[in-house]
Amino acid sequence: MNRHLISAGDLAKDDALLILDTAEELASVSERSIKKLPTLRGRTVVNLFFEDSTRTRISFEAAAKRLSADVINFSAKGSSVSKGESLKDTALTLEAMGADAVVIRHGSSGAPHRLATWVHGSVVNAGDGTHEHPTQALLDAFSMRRRLGGLEGRKVTIVGDVLHSRVARSNVLLLHTLGAEVTLVAPPTLLPVSVGSWPCEVSYDLDAVLPKSDVVMMLRVQKERMNAAYFPSEREYSRRYGLDRDRFAKMPDDAIVMHPGPMNRGMEIAAEVADSARSTIVEQVANGVTIRMAVLYLLLGGESA
Amino acid sequence: MSDSRAVLEAPDIHRALTRIAHEILERTKGAGDVVLLGIPTRGATLARRLGDRIRQFEGVKIPVGSIDITMYRDDLRLKPARPLGHTELPPDGIDGRVVVLVDDVLYSGRTVRAALDALNDLGRPTAVQLATLVDRGHRELPIRADYVGKNLPTAKSEKVRVYLEEIDGRDAVLLVKGGAQ
Repeated sequence: MNRHLISAGDLAKDDALLILDTAEELASVSERSIKKLPTLRGRTVVNLFFEDSTRTRISFEAAAKRLSADVINFSAKGSSVSKGESLKDTALTLEAMGADAVVIRHGSSGAPHRLATWVHGSVVNAGDGTHEHPTQALLDAFSMRRRLGGLEGRKVTIVGDVLHSRVARSNVLLLHTLGAEVTLVAPPTLLPVSVGSWPCEVSYDLDAVLPKSDVVMMLRVQKERMNAAYFPSEREYSRRYGLDRDRFAKMPDDAIVMHPGPMNRGMEIAAEVADSARSTIVEQVANGVTIRMAVLYLLLGGESA
Repeated sequence: MSDSRAVLEAPDIHRALTRIAHEILERTKGAGDVVLLGIPTRGATLARRLGDRIRQFEGVKIPVGSIDITMYRDDLRLKPARPLGHTELPPDGIDGRVVVLVDDVLYSGRTVRAALDALNDLGRPTAVQLATLVDRGHRELPIRADYVGKNLPTAKSEKVRVYLEEIDGRDAVLLVKGGAQ
């Protein structure tokens, strides 16, 4: 494995499977009464969050604490960053505090990549701009594998705002590595120009793709990033690309529904679909802690680089 | 492999396990509250064999599981992160039971130390005992086995290799001469 986890595309198939298998063994830790392992005792993990993301930060924090690492949470609001400190100076400060790993969430694509050139510890990308979110893709793959048994040859459909979604890009790269076939479904305005070079299919017609899908992953409509008119109205989007009860009925009986959260119920996904037994949305949260434990263990559990 | 010799062949391993199974029954007065926990990979296989034998001898079906100790090792930082083994506890857990840890080779005692720490996070057994197929000496911690298949005097430069039918296709314990690495 690399020393950093910046992109899901950096993971070879063996690396990805090692992370999933490690997570499989660690899953039982969340079920026992003492949910703690001594493995990362004395190591320091810094959560460096320049964007708000309560669930991802908490998930990384829980994962690090279950491995007995010391956790320092650093959020940009009210910190030296709001006083004008550069990313590099922030990084050097954290380095001086002895951070063994930096988990970074940043609004600019590529920030974790830059950070990795400045610090000696491991850098874990917890979402950068519209680029990548590799641990989300790993937990999604883990959730799929637990429900479906395997990923080889499985048909995964990712629906929604691919343009602004780091989850979609990371998932396409990782699922392709793991042998699944990914189809992206979105209005043409919400697909990036480069999508033709991604290892996946593209469709504009959700109803045609649903009956052939083993997994349907709905992406959140990111209202905060909608600075232009990407679609005429929310209602029209919901009609054409929302997963409602009728569309849910068209899916194969054993197909599952996923959503990285937070959801807009009634917009991209109907409440009754989100709450059905075939929805993995709550599992995905629990699996998030497990997969992040696996990543932190594999990056920090061995000899120091 | 030229510098290795077999110290236990298949029949020897069979006899040793049979004796250990009898000893466990004797020492625990019928193994009524015993749980066998093997340390992966080969300890887990040996635990299953011991469980089978105890059932054959006395007709009691005792719970058998495995306990991975990787996350509790004291030498994690000396090597790149290792893949994890499988931990599987019996459904009724280990609280109030007599846990017999099973490993293939007892050497420095550090693996057993890690297993004791792991057990501590999983429950509270009334007692913990240790069974090992081979005790090769050179302890670095105050730990001893309750049941030993064979005491094997070794030099620190030598290596002990255990092969088991279920994993390796044959049963044997080899002593590999020093220098080979």
